[in-house]
Amino acid sequence: MFKLGLIINPIAGMGGSVGLKGTDGKETLGLAIQKGAIPSSPERAALALNKLIKVSNQFKLITCPGVMGEDIARKCRLDCDILSMALEGNTNSKDTRNAANLLFKQSVDLLLFVGGDGTARDLALVIGEKQLSLGVPAGVKIHSSVFALSPLYAAEITESLIRGRKTRPRLAEVMDIDEEAFRAGEVRARLFGYLQIPGVDRGLQVLKAGSSSLEIVKQQAIASFFAEEMNPDLLYLIGPGTTTRELLRKIGHEGSLLGIDALKDGAIIGQDLNESQCLELLDKYNPGQARIVVTPIGGQGFIFGRGNQQLSPRVIRRVAPDGIIIVSTPDKLQALQGRPFRIDTGDPELDFKLAGVYHVLTGYRESTYYRIEN
Amino acid sequence: MGTTAYDNNEFHQARWNEPVIYELSTPGERGIFLPEVEPEIEDLAGNVLDELPAGMCRSKSPELPEMSQMRALKHYLRLSQENLGADFNVDIGQGTCTMKYSPKVNELFVRSPKIADLHPLQDESTLQGVLEIMYKTEQFLKSISGMDRISFQPGAGSHAILAIVSIIRAWVDANGLTDTKDEIITTIFSHPSNCAVAKLKGFKVVNIYADPVTGRPDFEAFKAAVSERTAALLITNPEDVGIYNERIQDFTDLVHAHGGLCSYDQANANGILGVTRAKEANFDLCFFNLHKTFSSPHGCGGPGSGVVGVRDRLIQYLPVPLVSFDEKTDHYYLDYNFSKTIGKIKDFYGVIPVIVRAYAWIMSLGARGLLEVARVSVLNNNYVLKKLLDMRGVTAPYADRETRIEQVRFSFQKLKEETSCGFGDVQRRICDFGCHIWNSHEPFIIPEPFTIEPTESYSKKELDEYLAVIEQIIEEAYTEPDIVKNAPYNSVVHHIAEHKYLDEPDLWAITWRMYKKRYNDYFKKKA
Repeated sequence: MFKLGLIINPIAGMGGSVGLKGTDGKETLGLAIQKGAIPSSPERAALALNKLIKVSNQFKLITCPGVMGEDIARKCRLDCDILSMALEGNTNSKDTRNAANLLFKQSVDLLLFVGGDGTARDLALVIGEKQLSLGVPAGVKIHSSVFALSPLYAAEITESLIRGRKTRPRLAEVMDIDEEAFRAGEVRARLFGYLQIPGVDRGLQVLKAGSSSLEIVKQQAIASFFAEEMNPDLLYLIGPGTTTRELLRKIGHEGSLLGIDALKDGAIIGQDLNESQCLELLDKYNPGQARIVVTPIGGQGFIFGRGNQQLSPRVIRRVAPDGIIIVSTPDKLQALQGRPFRIDTGDPELDFKLAGVYHVLTGYRESTYYRIEN
Repeated sequence: MGTTAYDNNEFHQARWNEPVIYELSTPGERGIFLPEVEPEIEDLAGNVLDELPAGMCRSKSPELPEMSQMRALKHYLRLSQENLGADFNVDIGQGTCTMKYSPKVNELFVRSPKIADLHPLQDESTLQGVLEIMYKTEQFLKSISGMDRISFQPGAGSHAILAIVSIIRAWVDANGLTDTKDEIITTIFSHPSNCAVAKLKGFKVVNIYADPVTGRPDFEAFKAAVSERTAALLITNPEDVGIYNERIQDFTDLVHAHGGLCSYDQANANGILGVTRAKEANFDLCFFNLHKTFSSPHGCGGPGSGVVGVRDRLIQYLPVPLVSFDEKTDHYYLDYNFSKTIGKIKDFYGVIPVIVRAYAWIMSLGARGLLEVARVSVLNNNYVLKKLLDMRGVTAPYADRETRIEQVRFSFQKLKEETSCGFGDVQRRICDFGCHIWNSHEPFIIPEPFTIEPTESYSKKELDEYLAVIEQIIEEAYTEPDIVKNAPYNSVVHHIAEHKYLDEPDLWAITWRMYKKRYNDYFKKKA
């Protein structure tokens, strides 16, 4: 029988209801409660669970005790097994991680979690690419691609899996923003990791074109062409992302998904590099002999400044603009719906300089020219 | 709204639960019993099967269904009742396909023994009538496009693109540019076959996206893309979003300045007949789909014909044969005399029924009639555009407040956000009204897309009926979304949740043999 895991982050979204732009951290939660915030994620969870009642004889629900699942499951009259974990006072991210770990050990077929970007981050830390998961959006911030469009869509996708639908899972980005900066009016989303989500092509936060489950094939097509065109005399700094990871896989290397790897003549000469390591390497090469390979991160299409801050202004200046190679699947471009790529290196002058039209590798012997705006 | 109520509110589609024909097979049952060979003939000819080379003989009989004529007739008639088609509903929801009325009198010409009984291997002296039709149709198409010669060889639109890129390839190679000109530029809203064929012919492909505000191809990106490496530009105007690119000559001029060729995809020419021509926009090549604009039905309605036109400097590359006229002897002939021809790309010399329909259609309308076709199709389109934009949940991305040419790609994204009913839900619900809508082909840049192409064929009453159906579905989405979500109710097949059988190669069963190999019962996967 299908095993459905459920984690509810009961405080997700509370900050938003009282204008706090997030609920991460103990102090913010205290402030939210003080301002009269009411938990909204249990309601969002109930919206999804109520839709699953009609298939309740086809799945076994496993969830956390109390406010993290059990209460709502009972309210929806769904039988469930309760994880053996103790909750004390207000729940926190440790509880989410603990629950995710326990559900993974129970080999659930799908882990449904109700929360926001912060909750997704916790899951990415613990189960990441190992466990099929899906987010029910309930947080203040939803920048990650791991959420369904709404609780009803989450229920629709879950129901189809319970009914036996097979999908090819894919990795989706977990993004989160710096809440303090966000509260000060500045949006700075970062790439934190990846979760494995169902390969469905409707009902998810980030619109995907065609069959998302085939995105890997498109990434491999880009990788094949990149491998053919690679110049052994050049240094390539490969940025984070699943598309760029395929470039390295194509030539037999396992790249660091979230880091910067250096490639020369088909060999990895540096992994998970920080800014100074990148600069050190660049010192060894003449101008024009190095390339930075990046892919847009997240649904907002950031080329620099989100998830690849190691590629600092100082690093980029050594290579830009001619040495910037952008790779992107057509799906990612199409999800932007005409919006340009964006950059936010932290150096406004550089951002201004980098704005323009760039060549983007999109497939095997296939490319486009696309705008970068700051 | 002011639209009239739809007439078919009692619609219910015939439902036969008809099995696949193989499941109706009864061993030994036959539609036709062939007579025994008479002994005298057998004595004279012997057993002719013995004459066949062993390698050409089957080791076992083919797996064909065995059934009587009457059962076969019933089977297909039932299936035909479980269908929709251009002659059966208001088919404007099949945008980009130009689903318009194909005058039935043209079928009489095509089915006439004068056409139907011709054999392509007949001596051309006995084919003067049909060759004259081809020759004259070419003159019409030359006049419509401004091109200098037209080839009828390609069998459909993508085949025409193959012919065009083959010509470009041959031209590049013949001019010693093989190593320098290795890129073809196209646009994201042009036909996907542009990319496929360009790669097939050894070119790299550069795809230009649309400007998010104007909907025209982004000219700055285009400028960055054009270089000495550019062999050709393959472009459509208007593209599938129905927006006319009035700067088209800037595009062709830039490519020419870098020594490349320009090809105009005129598969959807319905809105520009008699208004603009490929020649005046400086194109070197173009193609028309006779099976869309010029009478023959499109969309599995029968064989097509994608005719290719070129300017003088490329005539020698055209696929052969063409039909020429010898004034001295006053006869038409199949002309193979083209020094750089890309050769034959199809058997014989053209898809005759489609050419005959096109000839009859053009003759019946005349030059003024063709212009009227364009005007009415544009008028109908903009009427529908205005009415749909007045409805909740419908948007038409790009080119805000501009009129469009012959079609518009709309979006139900707003409807989806506000009601959770998206395009797929509307698509299923519309079946309950005996109508049809589709979500167009890639790219899915416009979310929850649908393309409406009203053509010149439909009356205001029919357009209003279709609009009333859409309006009712939208009303249901906002008030009782479950009605839309659980549809259809009056159609052959009930709710299909996902198109997983198309998305997952592991589940594909494109032949009966493949289906039997992979599935038990009705799509129940074998272990």
